[in-house]
Amino acid sequence: MSILEKHKILEKNASLLLVFSFLVVTIGGLVEIAPLFYLQNTIEKVEGMRPYSPMELEGRDIYVREGCYVCHSQMIRPMRDELERYGHYSLAAESMYDHPFQWGSKRTGPDLARVGGRYSDAWHVHHLRDPQSVVPESVMPKYAFLERRMVDPEHMADKMRTHVAVGVPYTDEMIENAVADFNAQIDPYADGVDGLLERYPGAQVRNFDGNEGISEMDALIAYLQMLGTLVDFSTFEPDASR
Amino acid sequence: MSSSDHNTKPGEVGTTGHSWDGIEELNNPLPRWWLWTFYGCIAFAFIYSILYPAWPLVTGATPGLLGYSTRHAVEVEIKDYEDRNAELIARVAAAPMEDPAAIEADPALYNYAVQGGGAVFRTYCAQCHGSGAAGVQGQGYPSLLDDDWLWGGKLEDIYYTVTNGVRNEDNPDARWSQMPSFGTDGLLSGEEIGQVVQYVRKISGQEHDAALASQGETVFLDNCAACHGEDGRGDRTVGAPNLTDAIWLYGGDVATLTETVTKARFGVMPTWQDRLSEAERKSVAVYVHQLGGGE
Repeated sequence: MSILEKHKILEKNASLLLVFSFLVVTIGGLVEIAPLFYLQNTIEKVEGMRPYSPMELEGRDIYVREGCYVCHSQMIRPMRDELERYGHYSLAAESMYDHPFQWGSKRTGPDLARVGGRYSDAWHVHHLRDPQSVVPESVMPKYAFLERRMVDPEHMADKMRTHVAVGVPYTDEMIENAVADFNAQIDPYADGVDGLLERYPGAQVRNFDGNEGISEMDALIAYLQMLGTLVDFSTFEPDASR
Repeated sequence: MSSSDHNTKPGEVGTTGHSWDGIEELNNPLPRWWLWTFYGCIAFAFIYSILYPAWPLVTGATPGLLGYSTRHAVEVEIKDYEDRNAELIARVAAAPMEDPAAIEADPALYNYAVQGGGAVFRTYCAQCHGSGAAGVQGQGYPSLLDDDWLWGGKLEDIYYTVTNGVRNEDNPDARWSQMPSFGTDGLLSGEEIGQVVQYVRKISGQEHDAALASQGETVFLDNCAACHGEDGRGDRTVGAPNLTDAIWLYGGDVATLTETVTKARFGVMPTWQDRLSEAERKSVAVYVHQLGGGE
């Protein structure tokens, strides 16, 4: 009981107790907080990852707004069954421009980290309108209203500035062209397509929902069709220590 | 652990010295099993953090003495599976797609391809073609159970379609054709569209307006026959459907046919070249081929 006897000194001396309590909290805080300053080290360098185009960013906001993350994850874990079903395991870099990240914590529906290119645009339209029309086994609700809600890109530049504030490297040029890039992604014959593709390599440009105007359906499908397609895996060397 | 640890009475063990209103706080020792489990956990955590990746450092984390990583573990697991099936996987990958009989003649190879192809189908194809491969009637997702093929029903045709897809932008070898939007592009007048729709209903053996249909025949021969054939039986080299059977991708009623002629259709299938291995693509082709309609 000698330790307890010595501990009495601390317990009976308020100033000393304060100093030592502070010391313990400092150590605990350092252990928890200090690694956050080295977070960049946990993100592997990969080829092809870029900030989301304005259209994709808008689609991502709709994804968040509708709570897609409640049923869909965006995190393929390194396990054989997941690799066989969804593709290459997710990399930290693939969600580094996500604020907040969309890893999710539950799969009522399938993982969407690599859903891009897996289905046609028309399938996404049919499926969002009425999921059971194409997948009778599905329990997903209908999102047909997305097709009728048009998107006004008025605040697109502000939105991108907000993302800059949390560390997404949008350039001044990107922010300046926010609305033009947004409008160009829906029309392969638009003048701004070259600029869009220069700023956002690999962006897919087409009328996603097949209807006139830019609806939330367009933006959401643009986002979904991009998911998991940006990283160039032909140049990716997995780091064994991870 | 002595018996004196349990059921002690005041006076038998020491007190902590705390005493209020004659109630004393006894200083019983902790149960030994609990104490040693507690110490054991601390020791385990310490050893674990040395053996496995644990402590974050400035440029990374301590790798751990065992060199374990989830990435390596999953690689080993997949390789183990592939090694055990290496012979069959290699044989499927080398199977000649022009000669389905050769594959069927080898029961081990055929069974592996059909079962493996079925697994691939249910994972990657079922969302559009249905888990039973019946497609989605009227939405443009073809049934794979019948013998009505858009791009060909030979094993090699199915394999080509699976590999490259249809009308997608990702693969330059994708099967490609585009029906003109006869209405929206002003190629045919509304009247002519009405006539040709009746003609299509006639050749598909449905109820139709005979007068309009006979006028529609001219429209059909001038505008549609190039792809769908003079007899309307379609052309698989351009994915033009047979219009004389009762099988419809989007629908054979007047309203749907009018919409199809007016706006045209543009069904897209993704390319599977990058997502599936050669053996997987060949397996799923064999699976689809044996579903019922394979030629």
